[in-house]
Amino acid sequence: MSTEILLGVAKGIPLTLAVTVAAFVFGAALGLPLCMMRLSRFALLRFVALGYVILFRSVPPLLLVFVFYFGLGSGYLPMSAFQGVVLGLGLITAANMSEIYRGSLSAIHEGQWEASTALALPIRSTYLDIIAPQLLRVSLPSTAGYAVGLLKESAIASTIGVTDITFNAGYIARMTYQGLPVFAIAALFYIMISLPIAALARVADKKLRARVAL
Amino acid sequence: MNGLLDFWIDSLPQLLDGLVISLQVTGAALGIGIPLGLFLALGVQSKNRPFNLISLFIVEIGRGAPALVVLQFAYFGLPSAGLTLTSFAAAVFALAWNTGAYTSEIIRAGLESVPFGEIEASSAMGMVRTDTLRFVIIPQGLRVAAPALLGFATQMLQASSLCFAIALPELTSNAYMIGTTSFRYMEILSLAGILYAAICVPATIAVGVLEQRLGKHAQ
Repeated sequence: MSTEILLGVAKGIPLTLAVTVAAFVFGAALGLPLCMMRLSRFALLRFVALGYVILFRSVPPLLLVFVFYFGLGSGYLPMSAFQGVVLGLGLITAANMSEIYRGSLSAIHEGQWEASTALALPIRSTYLDIIAPQLLRVSLPSTAGYAVGLLKESAIASTIGVTDITFNAGYIARMTYQGLPVFAIAALFYIMISLPIAALARVADKKLRARVAL
Repeated sequence: MNGLLDFWIDSLPQLLDGLVISLQVTGAALGIGIPLGLFLALGVQSKNRPFNLISLFIVEIGRGAPALVVLQFAYFGLPSAGLTLTSFAAAVFALAWNTGAYTSEIIRAGLESVPFGEIEASSAMGMVRTDTLRFVIIPQGLRVAAPALLGFATQMLQASSLCFAIALPELTSNAYMIGTTSFRYMEILSLAGILYAAICVPATIAVGVLEQRLGKHAQ
C-alpha cells in the first residue's frame, strides 16, 4: 500500500522538474535584457523595467498563472496548462533574476570596466568575455537559492491540472483517504530534490569564486 | 471593453469580501508566525538539545516543503489523524508554519547583527541571560530585521492566494468563482491582480525606504 503511494506521488517528479527548469530558463534569459534596461542611460527604459519588476513581484504567482491560463487562454491565446504555468512563473522569475543580476553586477570590480576600456576592447567583447563570465560566478549562490524557491513555487501548476508531485498527491489522497502520509511524502520529495541543488551550488561557488577578479 | 467598468463595479463587493478574508488569514498567520519565528530563532541557536532539534525540524520542513503542500497536508491530511480543521484554521496553521520557518532566519540574522560588545557589557553589569535577551538583544535585533519582516509580510499576503486549493473564499477564489459563472476570466482576474498590487506595491516601496533609513543609522 505504502509503496503504491510512494510510486504514485513519484510519477509527478518529471513534470515538477520540467515546469521548474522551463520557467527558470525562460526567466533567466529574459532577466538579462531586463537588467540592462534597469541600468540604461534612457530614463524611459529604466522606468519600464522598474515598473515590470515591481508589478510582477506584487501579484501572487497563483493569480498570475490564472490570468494567463484562464484569462488569456480563454479566447485570446489558447495555451496548455503547462505553457500557462511556465509563462506565469517565467515572467516572475525574469523580474527576480534581473534584480539578482543587478546586485551581482555591483559586486564586479570597477577596475574590470576600466581595464577593458584601457585595452580598447569593443563593448560586445567587454560584456561577453569580461563581465558575463564573472557575473555568472558571482550570482550563482543567489541564483541557486532562487531556483530552489522556484521548485517549490512550481507546485501551483497542480491547481490548473498539470500532473506534478502535488497534483498526484492530491489525487491519491482523495482515492485512499490517507492524506497525512501522502502529503508528507510529497513534501519529502520536494526537500529531497532541493538538497542536491543547494549542495551542488555550494561546491560550484567555492570553485568558481576563486576565479573572480577582485 | 464595453461594460468593463460596470462588470468591475458589480463584482467589486464580492472581491472585497474575499480581500478581507485574505487579510485576515495573512494577519493571523503573521500574528502567530512571527513570535514563533523569534522562538525558533532562539531554538536554532540554543544549546538545549531537544529544543534545538525540534526547532531545526520545524524550520527545515517549513522552508523545504512548498506552502501549497503544507496547506493541503493540514486540510486534507490531518483529518485522517482525527483532527479536522476548517479551511480557515488549516490556512492559518500552514501559513503560520511557513512564516515561522522563514522569519526565524530573518530574525536570527537580526539578532546576530547585535555587536558582541553589547552582550559583554550586559554581563559586566551583572544581567542574567534572559534579561540580556529581553532588554538588549531582541529589541535591537528586531529593529534590524524590521524591513525584511515587512517584505515577508507582503509575500505572505500573496501566499494566502494558495488557499484557493482548500476552498477558502479569499480574493483569488472569489475572482475565480466569478470567472466560472461569467466566463469573463481576464477582466475579473485582472481586477483581483490590481487589488493585490494596490497593497503590495506601496508596501514594497515602503520596504525600500525603510531599508535606506536603517542603512543611514548603521553608518
